[in-house]
This record gives sequence, C-alpha cells and structure tokens, in this order.
Amino acid sequence: MSSSGQLSLLCADTTTERSRPKAVAPKRVTKQEPTPPAPEKAPRAPRAKKTHRLSAEAMAAQQREISVSEFFTKNRHLLGFDNPAKALLTTVKEAVDNSLDACEEAGILPSLTIMLQEVTDDRYRVVVEDNGPGIVKQQIPKIFGKLLYGSKFHRLKQSRGQQGIGISAAGMYGQLTTGKAVVITSRTSPTRPANQFEIVLNTRKNQPEIIVERQIEWQVEHGTRVEIELQGTYKAGRNSVDAYLEQVAIANPHAKMSYVPPKGKTPLHLPRATDDMPPEPGEIKPHPYGVELGMLMKLLKESKNRSLAGTLQHDFSRVTSRVAEQICEVASVRPKASPRTLTLAEIERLYQAIPKVKIMAPQTSCVVPIGEELIRRGLEREIKADLYVSATRPPSVYRGNPFRIEVGLAYGGELRSETEDDEGLLELKNGDRSQGPITLIRFANRVPLQYQQSACSIFKAVTDTNWKPYGLAQPRGGLPHGPMVLLVHVASVWVPFTSESKEAIAHYPEIIKEIKLGLRECGRKLSSYLRRQERDKLQAKRRGIFEVYVGELVASLVKLTGADQKRLHTQLLGMAQKHTGGEEAAAQADLRSSRPDGALRDTAAQIALDENGQLPPDEEEAEQVPAKPGRSAKGRGAKKKKVVRKTKKKGQRG
Amino acid sequence: MAKRKGSAEATKKKLVGLANAVVRDIRDEVDPSVAIPSRSLGNVNFNEKKSIIELGDQKQQRELFNVGHARKFMQTFLVASACKELIDQGKTTSIRDLYYMTKHSLGNTRQNTFEGQEESDPIIEDLEVTIDTLREELNLFASNRGSMVGPLTVVDSGDTIDLRRMGSGGWSVPSIVEDHVIQFRKCEAKYVLLVEKDAVWRRLNEDKFWTHAKCLLLHSQGMAPRGVRRLIYRMHHELKLPIYVLVDNDPWGFYIYSVLKQGSINLAYESVRMAVPAARFIGLSSMDMERFDLPNNVTMKLNDQDIQRAKQMLDYPWFNKRTWQREIRTMLRNKVKLELEALSSRGISFISEEYLPQKLKDKQWLA
Repeated sequence: MSSSGQLSLLCADTTTERSRPKAVAPKRVTKQEPTPPAPEKAPRAPRAKKTHRLSAEAMAAQQREISVSEFFTKNRHLLGFDNPAKALLTTVKEAVDNSLDACEEAGILPSLTIMLQEVTDDRYRVVVEDNGPGIVKQQIPKIFGKLLYGSKFHRLKQSRGQQGIGISAAGMYGQLTTGKAVVITSRTSPTRPANQFEIVLNTRKNQPEIIVERQIEWQVEHGTRVEIELQGTYKAGRNSVDAYLEQVAIANPHAKMSYVPPKGKTPLHLPRATDDMPPEPGEIKPHPYGVELGMLMKLLKESKNRSLAGTLQHDFSRVTSRVAEQICEVASVRPKASPRTLTLAEIERLYQAIPKVKIMAPQTSCVVPIGEELIRRGLEREIKADLYVSATRPPSVYRGNPFRIEVGLAYGGELRSETEDDEGLLELKNGDRSQGPITLIRFANRVPLQYQQSACSIFKAVTDTNWKPYGLAQPRGGLPHGPMVLLVHVASVWVPFTSESKEAIAHYPEIIKEIKLGLRECGRKLSSYLRRQERDKLQAKRRGIFEVYVGELVASLVKLTGADQKRLHTQLLGMAQKHTGGEEAAAQADLRSSRPDGALRDTAAQIALDENGQLPPDEEEAEQVPAKPGRSAKGRGAKKKKVVRKTKKKGQRG
Repeated sequence: MAKRKGSAEATKKKLVGLANAVVRDIRDEVDPSVAIPSRSLGNVNFNEKKSIIELGDQKQQRELFNVGHARKFMQTFLVASACKELIDQGKTTSIRDLYYMTKHSLGNTRQNTFEGQEESDPIIEDLEVTIDTLREELNLFASNRGSMVGPLTVVDSGDTIDLRRMGSGGWSVPSIVEDHVIQFRKCEAKYVLLVEKDAVWRRLNEDKFWTHAKCLLLHSQGMAPRGVRRLIYRMHHELKLPIYVLVDNDPWGFYIYSVLKQGSINLAYESVRMAVPAARFIGLSSMDMERFDLPNNVTMKLNDQDIQRAKQMLDYPWFNKRTWQREIRTMLRNKVKLELEALSSRGISFISEEYLPQKLKDKQWLA
C-alpha cells in the first residue's frame, strides 16, 4: 500500500498529484498572492505547514526501483487488458502478430491455427499454433516470461511487434487472473525434439520462472504453439476475435488461418489469397528529414566515424557524399570536423541545414506495402462488393522514419441493404445499411486496429476528407455514409502508436497528409465509378425505353406497310444501342443490377420520368424504404441464413 | 358508296405513306421522325379574311430516339395501324373503342401502350393533323350528341328519314355526317336554329315551333360536338340555310357560339370544314333583359371565372366588333348572366311564341 503513492508519482499519472494541491492552495494563498500560484510553488504551501509528515530521509527509504512487470501489473489497460472481452482479443492478437512476424522473417508462408476454448463462463484458453521457424530452447523462457525482451525494439524495420511486451504481457495477464502458467511448445526442425515449457513470470524481478520443462512428441515439423488461460469473455461484434481474424486475412493475403471459435460455433477456414511471400522488409538507418535535434546530437556523439561528412553519409539513409557536403556547406561546418566535438551551435546549424538540402526519399524496400493488387484481392476474399479500389502511396517520412500509406475500398454489392446484426463474422460487412456510416478498418503493419478508432490519425484523415465530391453523403465532421468498407494501412519501420496497447496511431501531420492523399486517390476512382454507374444506368434505362417501344413500333409498321419484321427489328435495335452508348455499355449495365445510392438518386429520377411522370416500380420502392433503424426479428433470421451459406462457401474453398 | 371507297383508299394511302417514310428512314439508318403540326395556342391564328381560326405552320418533330418522344412515336403508329385495320374492314368505332383496341401491356413490363383514354385521344388528333385527314375518314367517331327535327328529309346510312316525323326525341345526329353517310333530300326549311340546351329544344319541339317557323331545330347539348358542327356546316353550304344560335347569356354561351362561328383552338385544323363564320347569334343577349321585360330575380351573378372569361373575350379578334364589344361590356357592367330557361318566367311558351319570332322579325341578332 505504501508504495502506491510513489508509484503513481513515477508513472505518467501526474495529474492527480498536481490537482490536489491546486485545489487546496487557492484557499490559503490567494490573500497574499493576487496572481495564481505557479505549479511548483503550490505544493510547498501545504507542506510547509505539515512538516511532520515525511522527511527527505524517510522518503528516500521508500524510493526504489520498480520492475517493468510490476508497473504493467498495475497498468494493464496500457497494454490492452482493460476488460475481459478486450483481454481475450489482445491475447489472440499478440500471439498472432508474433507468429506472423516469425514466419515472415523465416520466409515461411504462414499457416496459423487459432483456438478459443471455453473453460468456464469467464475463463478461456487461447491456443495459437504456427508453422514458423520455432524458438531455440534457451530463448523460450525469456521471450514469453520477460517483459521488454525482444528482437524488434532496437532496429528500424517494419514488423508487427515492436516493443517486446505483447505476448509476455498476455501471459502475465493470464497468470494474474487464473494463476495458470503459460504453456509453450516449440520445435525448430524435424530433426530436433519439440520442447514444452510451462512458465510463470516473476513480476517483481521481471524474470521467467520455469515450472515444467519437457520434451514431447509433436507431429509439427517446426513451429510454435502458445497456450494461455485467462479470464476473458467471448463477444461477437465489431471488436470480436472473429472480426479481427477476418481483418487479418484481408491485410495478410499470404497467410492461411484456421479458427476454431468457442461455444461449438462452426470453425472458420481462411485460405491464402496468394502464395507469394511479401518481400522481406529491409532494416534502415534514420533519414535526415524529420530527425530531431536531440536525436541528431545523440547520433553525432555516438558516431564512430572520424569526419562529420562520413557520419552523415554512413549513419543516415540516402545521404551521399555530395549531399553530406551540401549539408555541411549550408550549415557552414567543416565536413572534416570530428562529429563528436561539434558545438551545440554547430549541430543546430546542421539541423537547420538539413531541410534546405534536397535528399532522396528513403528506400522503398524497407517498408513493404501489401500492394494494390493484393489489397483488392484481400477485400474481394472477405467482402462481396461491386467495386474494389486500392491505392498504395509512395513512401514518405515522418521523424526520420519512412512509412507508406495504403488505402483500399469496397463499395456496393452485399454491403448494401444488409441489416445490422450481432453476428461477429458479418459485422465487418455491415454497419452498412446503405444510408449508414461506412465501415472503417485500420491496419498498422498489417495488424488490424480495433479499438480507439476516433483517437486514431486514420480516423481523423477520413473525417477531415470531404467525401461529398466523391459521391458519398457525409455528416459534418463524421465518417461518410454509404455501402462501403474503407481500409487504411499504415506501414512503417516504426508505427507511432498513442499507447503500448497499439490501438491508435498518433497524429503526425505527415502521416495524416499521406492518408488523405491516398483517400483522395481512391475517392476519385470511386466517384468515377459511381458516375459511370449512373451513366450506364441512365443509358440502360433509355435503352430499355427504346427497346420496349421498338418492338411495338415494328409490329405497327409491319401491319401498315408489310415490311420485313425481323429486319426492321434488328435494324432498330442496332440504332437504339448506338444511341445509348454502344454494345459495351449495354453489356456492362446488364452485369450491374445495383440500385443507385441516395446521393445520386436525383439524376436517376430525372431520367426515370417517362411520359406518365411515373417512376419504374423498383425505383419507387427504393424511395419508400427508409433507412431501417434497429434490427427486426426478420432481418436477424435472414442474416443467420447468410452466415451458414457463407461458411459453407469458405469450407469448400479451403 | 363509290365516293366513300375512294376517300377511304386515299386515307389508307396516307397512313401507309407515313409508315413507309419511317421504314425508309430505318433502312437508311436515319433516326426516324414524324413532323406533326403543333396544336398549341402558339400555333393558332385568326384568319381575318376567312374569319376562322386556323392552324399555323409550326411543326413538331417527333423522334423515336428521344426518351421524351419514344412513347408517343410508338403510339402514333399504333393508332395508325389500328385505323388502317378499321378501314380495311370497313368498320367504324368510337375513340374509346380504339383506346381499348390498342391498349395492351408492353413486353413484360408493367407499362401499357396507353394508360388511359386521355393519352390516346390526343394521339388521334395528332394523326389527323399529320396526315391531313379527318377523324371520320379514319373511321372513328365520338359519342353521339345532339338531336334535330324539322322539315328536311335525309338519307342516313341508306335509310331515308323524314325529320318531321321524329316524335319528341328527334333524330340523333351521328358523329360522322360526311356525305357518304348522310345525304340531304327534300328541304323546306328557311333557316337552322341551334339551341344550346336540350330542355329548351324540347320546349320548342313540343310547341312545334319548327312547323310554322319553317326551321330546322337542332340542339348541341352544350359545346357542339363535331357531328353537329359538321352538319351545320354542310346545311349552311349545301342547303344555303342561315344559321341562328340560341345560347345562355353567359361567357360560356358566347364561347359555344364562337366555336361554331370561327372554330376552336384545339380543333383549329378542322375549322375550314366546320366553322360557319356567317352564323348568327340570336340570344340571349344582355340587352334582352330590358327588351323583354324580364324580372330581376331570374338573373344570376357572374362568378369570378365568368368575369375573367368575359374579359378575355373582349380581346379575341373575332369579338372585336362594336356590337360584340357592347354586348360583352354590358354583361360585365350588369355583372349578371341569364339562362335560356329564364324566359319561362314570362310564360312557359314565351320563348317559342314571343321571344324568337320577335327577335327574328326585328333582326335582332349579332354576327
């Protein structure tokens, strides 16, 4: 108990500490000081009166190191374990991220099995098994039993994991809530035995404690299996494990996944959409643009190079000898100067010189996008829509870290007119009653982000973009409306998350700007599609009108003149087609039978008016059906059917 | 009958010619279209010389490959082919019948060739003007309206009818009164009296007004139908009879007279063969109140519509005569209208025994 005050002082929780004296101080101090007291001064006022509380010596006795594990035990929400439902998802997520990272680094096409076993109502066993390279026996306890231990923190390379906290934190959470150890089974090659560990984490020392260690028979040739039992609840819906895995499948078309959900639900098989491994992301040095002054100072101080020019050239990416000289010239610093002895003023000049010199963008190889083609295929695999569009932006830099933005969207098709439902698998595809807001799915280095949507820079970029010119309705400051799923992927050697739980991306202006550019690129394609669709519909309607009347006219003309009926008819139909945009348009319009979106209905209505001022029946119905709020029992039943159909289809494919 | 056959052949030729032009267009890959004289108010002129309303030269191009025209284009030829069929079979039918004959659903849509008779009637009129033919020549007729009695013998579809022996109902004027259907035989009448109202006509017939006045007594039941108008035209020109018109003293009555005299806007193309510019307006005049000492209580107040209409009439070129201007202005000044039946306030047979003889004797009519 006594350490709690200290701990909260040390962790970021300074607000409560500061607000307390503030609340007290004004009462006593205002008489002497007309201006409000400075924050430093305020705490002293009460302390001066209560000298008897603690002396500096007494305080020193309480001051000691805090283990990271201890810290996170108390702040589990920072890692995404705030509630049982989220804890379950986070655990799956961390395990899946690790497996995919491991497979990719080893150049193995990932095949994952994810199982959720219900132990009791609020207790689940998460099992994630991969076909990765496996883990060397000695490393197993450290990787899974020690926080902040990993291979990914000290490098600039695109990967899902970054800090080395995730999976051990999940294990720790399980241990805290159920007392059960984490079970890890791993095998590095068919010629080696499979090792199984049961590990608990000593939270005080941040050290693993091995409970059981044994060799077992395992039919898997190489790979790792993690089993964690934890307190959690399984929920369907947008933030469910099911929805998460579907999104993983979209962003990782090269991964094969089998998912066994709890409660006897039908297992889900997500096959690969491609057999090509994504290229291996390269490791890079920081890029001069966006490097901060402190960072620059640190890099120069630690440089092993003799000359400043050499340091610039070797410790940064894209700095050639020419560029290095230019920087030095602009900064008026000798290129031959020793980097370790530069004065602060010189470093500052260097810092200011960097933006004035034209430097190539960082290598593209270090940031691996999913790719426009694969994004479309990923979307096609999970969502039945009419239009799939994607855009991969050229790489850009924030704070010296290269990143790439990818945007994909799926529009129309089954996204239309489906009612809302609690069914997790389909939740992804709805929120899409054609008048409702679009579904936004966010990815960072191929990892779906499911929480804190509105805190994320992706959300900001989407809501800041004006979608009306692209044919979507949009309430002020909100997501656009329409039957659409919008995907945004931020790939970077270092994704700036707002917290360790990796739920939202920080608002870097460079990132937001790039996302917006990507959104616009897709938006333009969307609007040209919508316009084309409208035009085709219009032409189809006109053609429909002509075709209906042509038949009738020919009959009359034949009666009147005795002309050849067939010849007349073919000729007239040919002419009608010419008048309505030719055969190509006809074929396209026949393929598409979708109805127009609200925003574009006005133009459609204008054409639809024939002489009677009547709209064709389907149009009228569309007008009359308002956006259905809530969910009807009927809609639910219909949806259930759909789930069955869908899983069947998947089963066949898998 | 030979004559009839000739005219039928000519009409048929016109119908087929219209269709052939379209077939030719299609063969030549030219967008088919039909030029239809415009029947709007803008394309109607008053011919001062002939004193009739005439259709102007404006034509509307009706195109098949125009979303707005396609349906009407199709309908035009649908009606044309139906009319050809009627002519081929030598049958006549009502325009309502034609509507049902040609109405069917289009392909597998929920649309029909015609959604109502109000859609098919204008198409018939379009066809009439386009090929410059008459509805009657297309073997179409409107429903019968109007009856006639008087010292005249006619042959109606081969039956000789003495119009003096028509009982209380009179001879119902058919819609088609062309000379292949109606021929005039013996005529002893000196003039034709057209009465707007059926009830007044009955009164005059019962009083045998036509025997001693030696006139043909005709009623139009409101606005004169085409049959009645055409019959009056023929009697005026073939039998050389003057035409007198007796209508209510209200703007509507004036308008009925005006249509008989100059033709209507909607059927402007028919004026040449229907309008009788020499037709005379015998009553009721706004001045008849004083002249015949009618009590004040038989009048009715003009409503807003009446006033508006009367004011419009002041501007019609064919009412631009001193006498007519005075007539209409008097009505507007008095702000009252009179029905024909108002004359009965002076006695049930006042109209036949005093009013009409007096007026005719004094030549108190307007032309």
